[in-house]
Parts: sequence; C-alpha cells; structure tokens
Amino acid sequence: MPDRPLKIVVIEESPVRAAILEDGLREAGHSLVMRIPDRANLLERIYAIDPDVILIDLENPSRDVLEQMFQVSRAVKRPVGMFVDQTDHSSIEAAIDAGVSAYVVDGLKKERVKPILDTMVSRHQAFAKLRAELDQAKSQLEERKVVDRAKGVLMRQKNIGEEQAYALLRTVAMNEKKKISEIAQAVVTAAELLK
Amino acid sequence: MSLDTVKVGFIPLVDAAIPIMAADVGFAAAEGVRIELTREVSWSNIRDRLVLGHFDAAHLLAPLAIATSLGLGPIRERLSAPMALNLNGNAITLSLPLYDELVRHLDADLADPRATARAFAALVRTRRANGEFAPTLGMTFPFSTHNYLLRLWLASAGLEPDVDVRLAVVPPPFMVDAIEQGHVEGFCVGAPWNAVAVQLGIGRIVHLGVDLVRSCPEKVLAVRERWLGERPDVAARLLRACHAAARWLSDPTNRWEAAERLAARDRLDVRAEAISRSLEGRMPTGRGAETRFDADYLLFDRDGETRPDPEHALWLHAQMARWGQASAATAEEAAAVYRPDVYDAALGLIAAPARPRPVDCFVDRAG
Repeated sequence: MPDRPLKIVVIEESPVRAAILEDGLREAGHSLVMRIPDRANLLERIYAIDPDVILIDLENPSRDVLEQMFQVSRAVKRPVGMFVDQTDHSSIEAAIDAGVSAYVVDGLKKERVKPILDTMVSRHQAFAKLRAELDQAKSQLEERKVVDRAKGVLMRQKNIGEEQAYALLRTVAMNEKKKISEIAQAVVTAAELLK
Repeated sequence: MSLDTVKVGFIPLVDAAIPIMAADVGFAAAEGVRIELTREVSWSNIRDRLVLGHFDAAHLLAPLAIATSLGLGPIRERLSAPMALNLNGNAITLSLPLYDELVRHLDADLADPRATARAFAALVRTRRANGEFAPTLGMTFPFSTHNYLLRLWLASAGLEPDVDVRLAVVPPPFMVDAIEQGHVEGFCVGAPWNAVAVQLGIGRIVHLGVDLVRSCPEKVLAVRERWLGERPDVAARLLRACHAAARWLSDPTNRWEAAERLAARDRLDVRAEAISRSLEGRMPTGRGAETRFDADYLLFDRDGETRPDPEHALWLHAQMARWGQASAATAEEAAAVYRPDVYDAALGLIAAPARPRPVDCFVDRAG
C-alpha cells in the first residue's frame, strides 16, 4: 500500500525563509505544505489542520507553545512528539544546528521523516547563503556610498576633480595596504571632526 | 592568564540576574572564567542546546530540569542543578475587566488566595450560565511553577484547571502583548512582566507568587550531569562566581546598578525602573500609585537560598505527579537532580545552613 501524502505545517514568520523551505518540500514531493505566519491561536490552528509534521524556526518563541501539545494529550487527536526517538541526538543536533525543529505525530516511520529533515537542513543552508549574499551586497553599497562622500570631501577641500580624488584615495590605500573604503571612511570621519 | 569559557543560555527575566551579573560585574573573571551569555527565545531551545552541548550551563525552569532528567519531554538527558538561581519572583496579573469581574464575585478579603479563588470559581460559573467563554490564562511552560501556581490556586476552589479554564503557554516577553490583544485574560509569570503590564495600565496584580507559595523553587543553574564529571574544576569556579554575584545582588545598595545592567539591550531590554521594583519587591499592583511590598517577593541569596534543597525538588515533583505529568514512583530520581553536595564542595561548606526554607503553600496554612 503506498504511503498517503504527509501533511506538513511550517511555522515561520519570515516569508522568504518559508518560501525557500516550502519550495524544497514541494521538490521533494510534498504537496500538502501549509504555513502559519503568526502566533495567534496557534494550537487551535494546528489542531484544525491536523498535520503529520510540524516544522518551526528556532528563532520563533512559539516553540514553547508547541511543547504544550505533549502535555495536553486530551485535546489532541494524535499525540505529537519531537522527530525520531529521544536517543537520536545526532538527528536532533543536525536540525538544531540548522536552526529548525520538527515535531511529528507519534508512530510516523523514521524513513519518512529523514528526507524531510534533510530538506530542512539543506534549505536552511540555502537561506543562510542567500542572507550572506544579501548582507554582502548591502555592505558593498555602503562602501560605495562612503567612497562617494570621501571623494566629495576631497574635491571641495583640495579643489580637484572626481577622478583625481579617487586616484588619491586609491594611492593612499595602496601605500597603507588598506581597502579604499577604509581610507574613505577615515576621510569622512576626519571631515566630520573638523567641521 | 587565559580564561576558561563557559557558555550559558538565558531567557530575558530578572531571575537570570545571577549568571548575568557574574559575567558582567566581574565575578566570573575573578574565578578565571569567561561566561559567554546567549539570550534565547524559548525554554525548549535552552533545554535542547544545553542537552546537545551548545551551552555548558543554563538559566532553567527548575521543573524543566527535572522533567528533562526523567525523560518527560521530547529529549532526555540527566541534568543537575548545583545551584538555585532564585526562590519566588512570580505574580498573577489579570486584565482590568477580569479583575473587576473577580472583585464583583468576592465574598471575603482580596488578600486571601482562598477567597480570590472562590471568586474566580464563581465568575467561571456565571460565565458558563450565560453561555460565555471560560477565561484563558497564560503561563510560561508546561513544566513551570507558573503552571503549578495557577493550578494550585484554581483547584483550591474546586475548579478543574484542565476543564474549567484554558491554560495557554505564552513566552514571557509576549505575556503583556497577549493580554493587551485579548489572547489571554490573565497570566502567571516572573519579573519584570507583571510590573510592566501594570505600569502600561493593562493589568492588575491580584496575587504575588508568595501569597500562594512562599519559598517557592523557581529557576536553577542547570548543567549536564556528565559535564559536572568532565569539568569539575570549571564547574566549581562557575558556582563560586555565581554565588558571589548572588550575594552582591542581595545588597540593596547594588540594586540600581543591577537594574541598569539587566536593562541593557542584549540582556532583558526592558526599562530599568520595572526591574528595580521587582528586585526591591515593591510592586505596582493597580491603578495610580498602589504598590505592595514583600521582602521575599524575589529571593536570590539573603540567607543561603542558592543552596539547592532536594526537598524543593520533591515539592515540584509532587506538583508534576498531581497533574499527571510524572509518575509518583520517580520522586527520588527527581530529588537527585538537586545537588547540594556539589554546591557545598564548590563553596567549601562543611555543614548545611541552619535555616533551610521549606516550601510554604497557602492550602496547607491554618485558615
């Protein structure tokens, strides 16, 4: 008998991270993925969906709300436990390192949970990479802004053109073995001080 | 000299003060230890990261340390509590409408928890008769004194907490939000969140935790039992640093400095005034300038209270057993989580303190 499709709930405030995770799960053949973006009436919504697997971001404080499901078994149709068994620290560790936690209904086969866990971990890494790239792009933009301001300062103070100002920054940076943006920052800071 | 690093997780609460002051005031450095603090958003994260070794020690709910050792949660590991981080510190706050509703049903003194519990039971019956929803009350975790205090209080008037009301887990920093947005009508939580709700004018304190249970065990410094075995020397120095911090915190002349340090953005990120009031035990309770003072509101170490008392662990275990979380047969195992022997060895104590503080619950008091 083929396994019925798993119902997966993703509790995630960040739409970007949620989209990345949902995409990954769909690629892995899971079409029943639902996202809960906020904290209001969380348990009721989970009971209404009655999922097989719940994935939650570790930065989300609602994790403690989920833990209540272990204790109020009367209110839950199917008892829920954290994925795999208590002694399997390595799987738990892999997920925690990736910044996610998973809860599954009791009795769900290990073989069915493992690929979800793997997807979660790899997608989290994809998100972390994306965020790092975004941060880098942002800081490059910031650096360019500082260089522009330093050029402006030099052009005014020394009465030179833009190209000359840039050449000056570059020469000093080369002589001092520093980045142009660092020299530019020093120029801007000095100009602020001397205002 | 290079310092030994000890990683410690905490939740933004005033009762995380001992490890925070040990790190920030210099008590750890004096013992050759560098405490690396990590603020966490959930008790589940703290538990998991302590068990997995991301943290060496943690500010943890005492019942959660016991539950994790007994394997009652999703992850099992023998934890030890070689130090109690505080006794007491909680309060029950109700929304303004629920507070007024309770007062309308009151037949005796508002200061008497039996009377307020009767009034609460009466208001639950009135609501039921009118076809209205039962109140939802917030608490912080299934294995928490906040859960047990609310249950003790409600049950004293014959209410069945799992049937007659709804007890909902809300993380401490979101309690005030939850009451403001109507997700809960009241809550039991630690400092400073009760004082914050009162000062924002959205709640009134009906009871301080000490009204219900005096000398109530609360947070512990939890470590893996294995870690105690692997790094006994570092553990002992950590305990000495924390003990020095606890003594420092108990000196009223340090109160404002402690409040300001705890108020920092990477610590509690709450205004120092609310923290200072909680440290002093002078709590704003309601409208205007109403306050209540109780010297025991939040106890760090006035008279040796940081020494973990296995009787306290037994009392917590009895609450866990009463509400179906733990089997009564595991009491001894629960008591063994508290490690006064490790505490005594670290501090060089040869005899137990003369005045241990027994847990004093209102339902056992002569009426």
